[in-house]
Amino acid sequence: METWSALAYLVAAICFIMALRGLSSPVTARSGLRFGVAGMAIAVATTLALPGVVSFGPILAAIALGGIIGAVVAIKIQMTALPQLVAAFHSLVGLAAVFVAAAAFTNPAAYGIGVPGAIVAGSLVEMSLGTAIGAITFTGSIIAFAKLQGLVSGAPVVFKGQHPLNALLGIILLAMVVTLVVTNASLAYVMIVLLSLLIGVLVIVPIGGADMPVVVSMLNSYSGWAACGIGFTLENNLLIITGSLVGSSGAILSYIMCKGMNRSFISVILGGFGGESVAAVGGSHGDKQVKSGSAEDAAFILKNASSVIIVPGYGMAVAQAQHALKEMGDTLGKEGVQVRYAIHPVAGRMPGHMNVLLAEANVPYEEVVELDDINRDFAQTDVAFVIGANDITNPAAKTDPTSPIYGMPILDVERARTVLFIKRSMASGYAGIENELFYYNNTMMLFGDAKKMCEDIIKSLQA
Amino acid sequence: MDQTLPSAVEQLKQSVDALSHKVDQLYGQAAQIAVQHSGAEQTFLVMGITVFVLAIFVGYYVVWHVTPALHSPLMSVTNAISSVIVVGALIAAGPAAFGMSKIFGLAAVVLASINIFGGFIVSQRMLAMFRKKK
Repeated sequence: METWSALAYLVAAICFIMALRGLSSPVTARSGLRFGVAGMAIAVATTLALPGVVSFGPILAAIALGGIIGAVVAIKIQMTALPQLVAAFHSLVGLAAVFVAAAAFTNPAAYGIGVPGAIVAGSLVEMSLGTAIGAITFTGSIIAFAKLQGLVSGAPVVFKGQHPLNALLGIILLAMVVTLVVTNASLAYVMIVLLSLLIGVLVIVPIGGADMPVVVSMLNSYSGWAACGIGFTLENNLLIITGSLVGSSGAILSYIMCKGMNRSFISVILGGFGGESVAAVGGSHGDKQVKSGSAEDAAFILKNASSVIIVPGYGMAVAQAQHALKEMGDTLGKEGVQVRYAIHPVAGRMPGHMNVLLAEANVPYEEVVELDDINRDFAQTDVAFVIGANDITNPAAKTDPTSPIYGMPILDVERARTVLFIKRSMASGYAGIENELFYYNNTMMLFGDAKKMCEDIIKSLQA
Repeated sequence: MDQTLPSAVEQLKQSVDALSHKVDQLYGQAAQIAVQHSGAEQTFLVMGITVFVLAIFVGYYVVWHVTPALHSPLMSVTNAISSVIVVGALIAAGPAAFGMSKIFGLAAVVLASINIFGGFIVSQRMLAMFRKKK
């Protein structure tokens, strides 16, 4: 690589680091994003200026085609559909990595790593890594997309011998990599691609809907490592740096999500959580009474409160209730009620999902508070308003060692003077666990659609 | 006729000598390049691993500073910048000659471009929504 292009790539890498640095605060995030765009422009322009790149017509057509598709999708997408969009985007990075590796395999001379049939062994190993991770990211993300989009059931798919099968496929994959390095055979390369595609499916199917925040973060991480593998093959530092940044970012998010559920990364990956099997736990509430109320009752309680903490969950996204919720918050604010929003790390289907939806509804970010910063305030709060969340408020996580979610950090909504809990029915949450909170004396259940309930409460407040 | 044959043989001999000399020279050059190149491969691996490890550390410290409120934009931004793989795709799509590797390259350019544009635009949309209190 020539000196000038290596230096230009370095500038691009710095821009990407600045883009991530900007995300430390909403104030600097937008200027950070501009760094990201600039970095990408520098990377593309530098590559186009390389002496080996001469076929500009088809390349520009390809960029325009992809750019238009990407732009249209990104502009049209509903904010509630973000998790599946991100999953779909990850699949594209994975597939692109496979294609680039395949191109390097069929025309190694272009990258200076040998001639067909006699590729440098080290490059073959790196190429296999990039291909395998890329292919796993591709099919894994497609499964995650299908689960999030509701094309297939979010329930985990478990069958006998699942883990031995995965292990066996992994061993065959390894054997194929060795075969490829020794023989340079195209068949071995094709086998690596096919096996990895299959492994990607098998790894994600056993993971249930509620664990999707971990899965999406994990695939984010994989797409980075795939870029890294390709970077080593192409001897390109920009790809290695960017891949590492993305890889570690996804890994940290996975860690935060796992911690938010008090589960180990391994147990999430092995899957099977959130199935029917755990639904029977703690179901002995036959004699206990649930207090239920109407929108008017809720409005009365809210109006007479001096502080309210709203706890949103995935159900708010499903019901598209964020705008109605914000209007309710504003109406209460005008009555002199202090309104804040409490966010659990794993609320929703991707990291930060709730924050984005509330921001979409124009809730200022100062009013949106993370779990660690707000949990102590529930005891001094008049009303905890739970909308579309369930497991993240379940006191069993603190009190019942036999509960599958025992030890998971939860929002202590039960400490508030009154808990208003919007719910469609008495069904349990995604973890399949009954929530004891419903039977507490200070809980009032509001049965109905989250959006409609908020609208009804607004009407009663204004009446 | 009798004289032209030996001279022709002589000429042929000379050109064969010249050719074999040329082959020797080329072989020498090729060997030299091969040695240099394998050396370059190894130094790159060491350099690449150095860069890789340092970049992971940078990523670790930078990402822990990201506020949890912006974790969704973080995902879409990292997704967009991981499309930097387009660099490899462009090199594959670059040569004038048409072939399998060029098709793979162009396909990867399309996919990566979807990601670059889609990822940055959706990040921009998300970040534009995060507002301070008026």
